[in-house]
Amino acid sequence: MVDEGTRKTLSSIPLLKTKAGPRDKELWTTRLKEEYQGLIKYVQNNKEADNDWFRLESDKTGTKWFGKCWYIHNLLKYEFDLEFDIPITYPTTAPELALPGLDGKTAKMYRGGKICLTDHFKPLWARNVPRFGIAHAMALGLGPWLAVEIPDLIEKGIIKYQEKSEDSK
Amino acid sequence: MSSIEDLQRKVSELEAKLAAAQGNAGPVRQKIDIMSSEVVDSNPYSRLMALKRMGIVDNYEKIRELSVAVVGVGGVGSVTAEMLTRCGIGKLILYDYDKVELANMNRLFFQPHQAGLSKVNAAAATLQSINPDVTIEAHNYNITTMDNFQKFCDSISKGSLSGGPVDLVLSCVDNFEARMAINTACNELNQRWFESGVSENAVSGHIQFIVPGETACFACAPPLVVASKIDEKTLKREGVCAASLPTTMGIVSGFLVQNTLKFLLGFGNVSHYLGYSALTDFFPTMALKPNPQCEDSYCRLRQTEVNARPAAVEVATEVTEDDKPIHVDNQWGISLVDENSPEEETPNLNLVDGVQVAYSIPVDNSTPESSTGGAVAASELSLEELMQQMKSM
Repeated sequence: MVDEGTRKTLSSIPLLKTKAGPRDKELWTTRLKEEYQGLIKYVQNNKEADNDWFRLESDKTGTKWFGKCWYIHNLLKYEFDLEFDIPITYPTTAPELALPGLDGKTAKMYRGGKICLTDHFKPLWARNVPRFGIAHAMALGLGPWLAVEIPDLIEKGIIKYQEKSEDSK
Repeated sequence: MSSIEDLQRKVSELEAKLAAAQGNAGPVRQKIDIMSSEVVDSNPYSRLMALKRMGIVDNYEKIRELSVAVVGVGGVGSVTAEMLTRCGIGKLILYDYDKVELANMNRLFFQPHQAGLSKVNAAAATLQSINPDVTIEAHNYNITTMDNFQKFCDSISKGSLSGGPVDLVLSCVDNFEARMAINTACNELNQRWFESGVSENAVSGHIQFIVPGETACFACAPPLVVASKIDEKTLKREGVCAASLPTTMGIVSGFLVQNTLKFLLGFGNVSHYLGYSALTDFFPTMALKPNPQCEDSYCRLRQTEVNARPAAVEVATEVTEDDKPIHVDNQWGISLVDENSPEEETPNLNLVDGVQVAYSIPVDNSTPESSTGGAVAASELSLEELMQQMKSM
């Protein structure tokens, strides 16, 4: 079940209008603009709530996305690379968010580091096609996943805090 | 310095070792031109051709002209491919982008020494050695991405032995995205296919025959699930994504290939939907009509084409061997997500008892459900400007 916090976060992300996937040419460009607007608003909301937790960008076609997400645990910041493709069935099917750096480190993952979402994610997504977009997938999928999995992985010693080195900015 | 002869000897020694290591060391079965029904120890097809003598199949050797695409070569797909190979199918086209892992060894077909190889290549090598008469084509990519989807469609529509569309596509994938991608492709190409699946708790499964326009497509309704009779609250998911059993997967593969053979060779009845509940040994079957309001526009187009045809070509025979009554108003939606969701709606599916939709979709798709944030306003900024704005945050 979606908790109150997630519900509140979700409700402040603007809904999308255009039902179009990457094979839909001009309509996809319209959809992509909506995606970016949704993401920009969501990141702004996060910053205002002092809960900035990811950055994302895409290639020109809007089908390959990559970025970083991070999680603060005991005042230390743990950062992870994030990537996913937009499948040709989008937005009927949600994007499969992946943290390749954690592949093989947790059972709550499918091949290639795709995060394993709860039983509630897919029905909620399906009920909200085409209104939900990437920002909603982040808020509803990756956010709660990090909140559950990362503290657990840190406690088990599977992931360790890394001081920022020169080349990682 | 070694002489050339020494080096040549060394090379042939190493080649032999490599072949042995790869399991190709034994005698290799030669190709066979024509399927013989002669009953001798050396004829790999004698027991299959006996199906003709027993009056089950009229034309078994026709199988050598037929082509089948198997999408997903995991627990179900690999066994499916092996069964078809042993049956002497003309051509198999395999798709997968995964590698063999030791974690797969609770399932059939793959062996520990294949760990690290791509599933399609490892499978192709094994299958080819089992039956060299089968033409095997391996595609190592994810069919759901923009780059690969068109390649996938082309290989299905031009992949048969005669360069035309394959005779059947079998979906043996393990995720909703890939099933939807196959559904999209098959609706567009007007390609018949079977969907198959095993539940994540490994104790139920199903197969579904999809003839675009004639039977329900995968997008006509939310995914169907066989009731597992497990109380949701007692189902523990802590720390795992999915369980699997070789038994359930073998049973579903068997159902899938059995119905494939019946369809390809024209014997018996082909089930539109066949479910399996392992805990109760319950096998519901039913026919499924397409949803006139299906979200997939090609599904609706195929329905129009089918409706325009003269009624005589009734392919969709109802197969309901179960005594269970068909409930018109079933109990939908086992896992309703949102307490304050609008009235849910399920297309008029006539589901057999024991099969449910995994979730329900609201009637009025324009009613926003859980967001009060309003809709995005049309932006005056260009896509490039928005991308730049996001980047500079």
